[in-house]
Amino acid sequence: MSSSLPRRAAVLGVVISLGALTACAKDAPAAKDDGTGPVSVQASDSGCDLSRRDVKSGTSTFSVSNGGSKITEFYVYADGDRVMGEVENIGPGLKRDLIVELPTGKYQAVCKPGMVGDGIRGDLTVTGDAPAQVDEDTLLKQATESYGRYINSQAVALEQKTTEFVTAVKGGDLAKAKALFPVARTYYERMEPVAESFGDLDPKIDARVNDVEPGAQWTGFHRIEQGLWVGNTTKGMEKYADQLLTDVKTLVVKSKTVKLTPLQLANGAKELLDEVATGKIGGEEDRYSHTDLWDFQANVEGSQAAVQALRPALQKRDAALVSTLDTNFKAVFAAVGKYRQGDGFQLYNLNAAAEKQLSIVVDGLAEPVSKVAGVIAKK
Amino acid sequence: MTERKGISRRGLFGAAGAAVATGVAGYAAHSALASEPSQAADNNGPVEFHGPRQAGIITPVQDRLHFAAFDVTTTSRDDLIALLKEWTAASALLTAGRDIGQYGAVNGPDEAPPEDTGEAVGLPPARLTLTVGFGPSLFDKRFGLAAHRPKALVDLPHFIGDDLDPTRSGGDIAVQACSDDPQVAVHAIRNLARIGFGRVAVRYSQLGFGRTSSTSRAQTTPRNLFGFKDGTRNLKLEDTDKLEQQVWVQPEDGPDWMVGGSYLVSRRIRMNIEIWDRTSLGEQEGIIGRGKGTGAPLGKADEFDTIDFAAKQSDGRPKIPADSHVRLAHPDFNKGAELLRRGYNFVDGSDGLGRLDAGLFFLAYQRDPRKQFIPIQTQLAKSDTMNEYIHHVGSGIFACPPGVTPGEHWGEKLFV
Repeated sequence: MSSSLPRRAAVLGVVISLGALTACAKDAPAAKDDGTGPVSVQASDSGCDLSRRDVKSGTSTFSVSNGGSKITEFYVYADGDRVMGEVENIGPGLKRDLIVELPTGKYQAVCKPGMVGDGIRGDLTVTGDAPAQVDEDTLLKQATESYGRYINSQAVALEQKTTEFVTAVKGGDLAKAKALFPVARTYYERMEPVAESFGDLDPKIDARVNDVEPGAQWTGFHRIEQGLWVGNTTKGMEKYADQLLTDVKTLVVKSKTVKLTPLQLANGAKELLDEVATGKIGGEEDRYSHTDLWDFQANVEGSQAAVQALRPALQKRDAALVSTLDTNFKAVFAAVGKYRQGDGFQLYNLNAAAEKQLSIVVDGLAEPVSKVAGVIAKK
Repeated sequence: MTERKGISRRGLFGAAGAAVATGVAGYAAHSALASEPSQAADNNGPVEFHGPRQAGIITPVQDRLHFAAFDVTTTSRDDLIALLKEWTAASALLTAGRDIGQYGAVNGPDEAPPEDTGEAVGLPPARLTLTVGFGPSLFDKRFGLAAHRPKALVDLPHFIGDDLDPTRSGGDIAVQACSDDPQVAVHAIRNLARIGFGRVAVRYSQLGFGRTSSTSRAQTTPRNLFGFKDGTRNLKLEDTDKLEQQVWVQPEDGPDWMVGGSYLVSRRIRMNIEIWDRTSLGEQEGIIGRGKGTGAPLGKADEFDTIDFAAKQSDGRPKIPADSHVRLAHPDFNKGAELLRRGYNFVDGSDGLGRLDAGLFFLAYQRDPRKQFIPIQTQLAKSDTMNEYIHHVGSGIFACPPGVTPGEHWGEKLFV
């Protein structure tokens, strides 16, 4: 990803305030803030400045302006990087709002320029009446709501990026299509268990050539991937591009109404790591483009999001497991982080020793993640 | 979920399920098992896990092996100690023929992966032993153990002809699982590896079948893949004085944490068996120094006859060639040094060139490798006519501490 990516403001549905954002947001004076209205967030490639860092409990709005050159994301994290709210895919020069319900407590406000790594972090304090003691059932209900918000934000970004990808394919822009392929897939890979819950949508969008039944048509990302990388052309891929966008739009509509149980979250977190272990390590997933490490990162992020949603409930029931999960998620991100290149990843051409290192940390994480479902199910 | 302890695979031990939980990482207690008599003579029975020495060294050699060498991947000393505690508790259950964990293989909640992987359900303990050893690399800077590295735990030198694959050599920790049932041995290593994810990773593992040595006079001498009896003169559990001299680390040897332990040298020895099979019987016997049928030293009638290295043939040449394996490895030509061998045959499929990937996974226990394995192997590597038919492709050396009493864990004295 780079600033050369198209800024399709129309599909984003956001307010563009170009004039005010030409200067680096880091150096810009904080916006006037009377302590009650939206918190203004000036995001740049090296900064994440909030107009204030304390808000009242209840609903808060964060207006995030990206004055940098990279696509950014904005998160509000609770303890252990549990996502309270997030906005994805804020292109350079764009502004988007995050509206989020925050109970009293300590949080972190985080910008992720380039959508990379731990991001630029600062404290955020929410004051007001102490939150009522919530029972475990409520915590679990909140977990599914929180994860539902995550899935929604991924689905929105997936549709946006797939639209850009499809436009590039149909416009005959091979280089741009290749650049957008792993970016669009990132959002899909983060929410893959949800996609898989809709039966035939996942195979239509994400089947690899050997997954297709004899006689059935092969469609989706990987069909186009083969055309772009093996055929080295966009020609002939137009109809698959149209089909992909149709299928993705169906997925987005369906995912907005999906109701997941806490147990499904836990199992989804495990399944995403299974995907990493069997499909990404070995380079099977993206066998033509070799962009597997993007999918690797996205699968682990998706897994972490599900675990984070369950975190308050897990913390009550098995604090040691939470601490192991925190440590081992970090280890996996550090291991794959070694292969960062710019805002993306190097191609998957790892030697056996390097592959083994990835495999070891993924196994180390997948084992405790597989225990989450049992803890959540415990009465 | 009325039965909350590890379930027994053997009716005899059902009563032991009433043992009190120890609180070690949720594993069920094993204290009630300590009083169970050892049933080493019974191929189905358990071998006592606890005791002053680790089982699996002089225990009459079981028929099957699953050996695993682990790299420690955590950098936390506390994590490593916690793992050794969990491993010890699980090993006590596994060797008793019980499922690991609070619920075992099938009695846990539907929503959680079973604690025990389950493939040993219905199988007897099958004389499973689990023996742990610590490699030289564990004593680097990571865990503050450098000062505790035994002098005898040397890095093995390069021996002439060594063709070692680093991915099949070394390791921070080794676990040797031996059993009369291959599935029981595999189950044990699989579950220990699973417990270890995130803290250790399997560096390599080796399956073995057909013990190539006996460690008791009650056992017959088995054959290796050259078709010869192997380990006729092996140290036996009945030779108690010799075991003290040759196998067990003595107080004067130090360090304290190793007293009562032993050093293990492992070598993956690939045999060029197709070449060997084209060799004449007379040449094969000359290379080994024993008759192929009886196992008797050349010139003698019975396997256990005393070897006469001075005996000459009518043409004046020695009956047992000077470069034969039996002579070069004999204590008389190695300053009295002996080894307790308990290796296994292996066939890991084929090598892609139409040949079996086969050989001997050599395992030898000793009091001091500097005085035993290293000089013996130096001599063999230099002169043994067998070298034409073998090459060493994997290697490891491990300090195996003494045994544990109930409540103790593997390496407890090392981590004080």
